[in-house]
Amino acid sequence: MTDRTGREVFLRGVWEENPVLVQILGLCPTLAVTNSVDNAIAMALATAFVIVGSSALVSLVKDYIPSQVRMSGYILIIATFVTVVDLIMGAVAPSMSKALGAFVPLIVVNCMILGRAEAFASKNRLLPSILDATGTAAGFSIALLLMGSVREILGSGTFLGIQVMPHNWEPWVIMILPPGGFLTLGAILMGMSWWWQRGEKKDEAVKPRRWPHGVRAPEERRPEMVA
Amino acid sequence: MSTDQGDRHAKGAATSPNGSAASGGGVRGSQPSSLLLVGTLAVLSVVAGIAIVLVHGWAQPRIEAHRAAELRQAIEEVLGEPQRYETRWVVDGKLLDSLPAGVDSSAGRPVYAGYAADGHMVGYAVPGQKPGYQDVVKLIFGYDPADRKVIGMKVLESKETPGLGAKITSDSAFIHGFDGVVAPIDGVKHPAQGPHQVDMITGATISSTTVITIINQSLEAVGPALDGSHGGEGS
Repeated sequence: MTDRTGREVFLRGVWEENPVLVQILGLCPTLAVTNSVDNAIAMALATAFVIVGSSALVSLVKDYIPSQVRMSGYILIIATFVTVVDLIMGAVAPSMSKALGAFVPLIVVNCMILGRAEAFASKNRLLPSILDATGTAAGFSIALLLMGSVREILGSGTFLGIQVMPHNWEPWVIMILPPGGFLTLGAILMGMSWWWQRGEKKDEAVKPRRWPHGVRAPEERRPEMVA
Repeated sequence: MSTDQGDRHAKGAATSPNGSAASGGGVRGSQPSSLLLVGTLAVLSVVAGIAIVLVHGWAQPRIEAHRAAELRQAIEEVLGEPQRYETRWVVDGKLLDSLPAGVDSSAGRPVYAGYAADGHMVGYAVPGQKPGYQDVVKLIFGYDPADRKVIGMKVLESKETPGLGAKITSDSAFIHGFDGVVAPIDGVKHPAQGPHQVDMITGATISSTTVITIINQSLEAVGPALDGSHGGEGS
């Protein structure tokens, strides 16, 4: 883990180990608050602040916390950041704080954050830990924005509140309800695995398969079948 | 971010103390004393507490200011832009200018008396709430005790179904159906006839009924106290 470059540390969280799309972590906010793009942005920003702040702090204090109580310590640090975010949001963006409701305090139990603290920040120095947390936050934001865009466009016909679908578009109300979250996430994950498998098949195609004597390879058979 | 900068980070990470990777970070060696464990968490808690108190001190006045502004705007909306308003309390069926000492605010109900520019009272804004289809619906409505009429209604908080029940906050025909209706209110299917009737929203019977019930129940609770008070000049 420690022989990776900073760029790799960052990009791994964004794509290769995307917290939502690959690790399937932090699904509660992913499903619950992505019914509009601005809710998704607010949740992404709040979570990014908590994960970067707590990873940085965990990395700084890791040598002073006995390993027996490290989990309680990390949760305490994360909970403090979440409470601070909740208060700041209520003071600065009251309508956003109202829209996200109980899901801001629930960032505490987003296992993605404790995951980064335990798996990376507790074993690495400050800068790599911040990079790792930023990458994970970026990956989380991408997933949330993807969900939010699909659900808002189909469910309300708008993007960031601006009408993008034709006016005779009948909004799919189910998309902004909880089932729409599951449907969208399912479709995105299906798309992801299709993408990965497609890549694997391409790799196989490089080495042509040897067929038993007398059997022609499928690509040779195709023209006859068309004809 | 440049690559060589990233390399420097990686080197920094490689040289960090990393004795047994499996057990995570922390102080290694023999079993530390319980005092050290408790002490570490106590220090962390104190630091966390101080940080939260500092942020709370900065944020709380702003959060309360937002709430007050929201309430003021709602009161002005449901009373038809009065010049000023005063908070009154209804405790045990009596209208009081302020909450008596020793009475908890949950024992009484606040109402807001609105006055026009010439000093006559336009009516009371009455907040009320009740569980709707999904979650508690909170609303405020203006009430004119002289004619027993509703002046206006505004839903403050609801999580009703988007596209159906959520229309109680957005459907202007439904919202303005309450303007001038005489209590007690009776929800009907289109069209509303007579002074007591309002049109309910098609497909959102539960949410519509909830709004009507909140107004009727609130008036049952505070109406008698308010009805005997009209014509007053206010303080």
